[in-house]
Amino acid sequence: MFMFEKAVVGSRRYWSWIGALFAVVLVGFLFYLRQLQLGLGITGLSRDVTWGLYIAQFTFLVGVAASAVMVVLPYYLHDWKAFGKITILGEFLAISAVTMCGLFIVVDMGQPMRIMNVLLYPTPNSIMFWDMVSLGGYLLLNAVIALVTLSAERKGLAPPRWIMPVIIVSMPWAISIHTVTAFLYSGLPGRSFWLTALLAPRFLASAFASGPALLILLAMIIRKLTTFDPGREPIQKLSLIVTYTMIINVFFVLMELFTVFYSQIPEHMAHYEFLFVGLEGHAPLAAWMWASMVLAVISLVLLITPRYRKNERILAVACVMVFLSLWIDKGLGLIVGGFVPTPLGHVTSYIPTVPEMSITLAIWAVGFLMITVFYKIALTVREELAESWLMQ
Amino acid sequence: MSIDRRTFLGVAGLSALAIAGKSTLDALARGEEREAASATQVATRWAMVIDPWKCQKEQGCIDCIAACDKAHNVPRFPARAHEVKWIWKEPFDKAFPDQGSLYTAEAFRDRPVLVFCNHCDNPPCVRVCPTKATWKRQDGIVMMDWHRCIGCRYCVAACPYGSRSFNWLDPRPNIKALNLDFPTRTKGVVEKCNFCEERLAKGEQPACVLACKEKALVFGNLNDPTSAVRDLLRSRYAIRRRPELGTQPEIYYLV
Amino acid sequence: MRDRGIIIGGLILFLGLITFPVWYNAAAGTTSKGPEPKLPTEEKNCVAPVDYMRSSHMDLLVNWRDEVVRQNVRQFVAFDGKTYTKGLTQTCMKCHASKADFCDRCHTYAGVQPPCWDCHIDPKLIQRSTG
Repeated sequence: MFMFEKAVVGSRRYWSWIGALFAVVLVGFLFYLRQLQLGLGITGLSRDVTWGLYIAQFTFLVGVAASAVMVVLPYYLHDWKAFGKITILGEFLAISAVTMCGLFIVVDMGQPMRIMNVLLYPTPNSIMFWDMVSLGGYLLLNAVIALVTLSAERKGLAPPRWIMPVIIVSMPWAISIHTVTAFLYSGLPGRSFWLTALLAPRFLASAFASGPALLILLAMIIRKLTTFDPGREPIQKLSLIVTYTMIINVFFVLMELFTVFYSQIPEHMAHYEFLFVGLEGHAPLAAWMWASMVLAVISLVLLITPRYRKNERILAVACVMVFLSLWIDKGLGLIVGGFVPTPLGHVTSYIPTVPEMSITLAIWAVGFLMITVFYKIALTVREELAESWLMQ
Repeated sequence: MSIDRRTFLGVAGLSALAIAGKSTLDALARGEEREAASATQVATRWAMVIDPWKCQKEQGCIDCIAACDKAHNVPRFPARAHEVKWIWKEPFDKAFPDQGSLYTAEAFRDRPVLVFCNHCDNPPCVRVCPTKATWKRQDGIVMMDWHRCIGCRYCVAACPYGSRSFNWLDPRPNIKALNLDFPTRTKGVVEKCNFCEERLAKGEQPACVLACKEKALVFGNLNDPTSAVRDLLRSRYAIRRRPELGTQPEIYYLV
Repeated sequence: MRDRGIIIGGLILFLGLITFPVWYNAAAGTTSKGPEPKLPTEEKNCVAPVDYMRSSHMDLLVNWRDEVVRQNVRQFVAFDGKTYTKGLTQTCMKCHASKADFCDRCHTYAGVQPPCWDCHIDPKLIQRSTG
């Protein structure tokens, strides 16, 4: 039923890739066992900076997961036929991303064996409870949608009618998962860096830029490695989405900067100062943050200029820049910036340790493993269908 | 026996709903039990009034901190990053970032202030905890259940006062002298001042209050108009930390 | 059947591995021995009848835990009318003073590791460090 047999047949290049990913997973897993044994003290986290790389990755990946709606909505709601072939890629990306989110939460937890307490003692006033509910629901929705649509495609039939309401529900649900994740931060009275109504819109804008950017890159990679070619049109349409959402994202960042620096409130400015120039001699993220800004500007130039955007090579470079820029912004700067300076005004630096980075890489490898296997299944199904058509 | 997939999925789904429904009902029922039990308690509102002028009469005195650490097996980790502290001293400008100026009297500006959990009336940490491992008791204490805490550290992020500490490593090797009367905690849970609720249950004052030779810490029931805390609040002006955030802290500092 | 040797050899190996607990314990002479916890000598009664404690002490302790921590109800009236303060170290281990000689005997036999002593202090730890 899950067509996994399609994933265990592959070329040497395929198996080398799978093997390399497994090796990364193994190393990280061993470090995680050490973390289970000793505690989260083996990370670079501290009393002042209690969330770091793990939660930052979680936040970024919720955005990537939500971005599937950017291909699903135009196709199913507005009949953008161009996206017909890549909705399955978006859904599989969403499943892999949500799984990674779940894994990052688990490795960040001090008592992961007690994680069921969140469901055993439901607490509706806690946003974390709703985060678990919405992410779990989103995973289920996408798994069902992907399975049903791919199975139908394989049989050469239209998907059953009942899947349409499920797909429709997945669209506002996608928006909700990232809004809820933003609410984790934007309702905390002591953390002025996050206490902005603009946080959820910023999250959504950066999600809808980084997700489709990744999808474009994945589509191009698949085109190189397999016989599947989505065509020029879906990639160009996706690039328009990336362009506009990246513009909105940069606009939002500028809005934040204006409010913070025109109001001249020291507590609000301090977080940006720490991130971009450093405070009290600590500037662990300054190079990263400026790189993120530079990448954002260059990528916008490339994306806005039609001549560059329509050149798929340059578009690929722009997408890599968008993804990296937003990963730095959300996957590094956002969390640490919220904790430094502390509500009391202390400045504590944060640099992830080797075990922490290894566990992080391992979870990314798990995600890429999932994407590889899912795409292999989907594309093999399509190849077989194409062959059977040819043979008729 | 043959069962088609649709029927199987339907039965599985209904069973899952039934199990989920039961535990939800249980959870709601448990909540009601807790309400009933605490409603029979006398309405108390515990609070603390601190006199920073009396504190630090003796330079470098840490009697209250030592007493709390001993009473609760608070570990002392060598690395500052892994610090666990229930009560400690902060410089004035860190404890009250919204107060003071360049010209605040030197004595006041350089006088370290005792800080610990404020046991807020509107605590953001309670609002965010996904498992109710921290909750507000009827008597005002913001309490912790270390059996239930999953170590997500959401409460640490939510607290505007930095009152909470997470056990990054196993605390046991870092406790000088184990106190049998109180458990330790384990790695992976958050802890903070508990207003000595275990001592209050026996009718005793908090350890820090008793340890202070200058009687700089005054503990009492705000709902009792004749209590020492009410007397002090009536006769002197007191400030609280970051009151504009709406947390309603119950630790008052006399000025 | 060319592989008969490998198959039969593999089956024998499998059977040997799967019955390991049985013949190992028989050889070491441990099968007939049940757990023998050292009972306290001073007190005659626990906080509940022995049969109940043997089967359900974990339920009692979990109830005590929730009642003390979450409801601030700290006194327990036992079946014989005596009042006890709920607490593992303060009450249970006053009589069952040695975790190794009492609690661990059955827990090791049953192969369970209750995490209680991660936090709740085994009194012998203090004696060992001061003695």
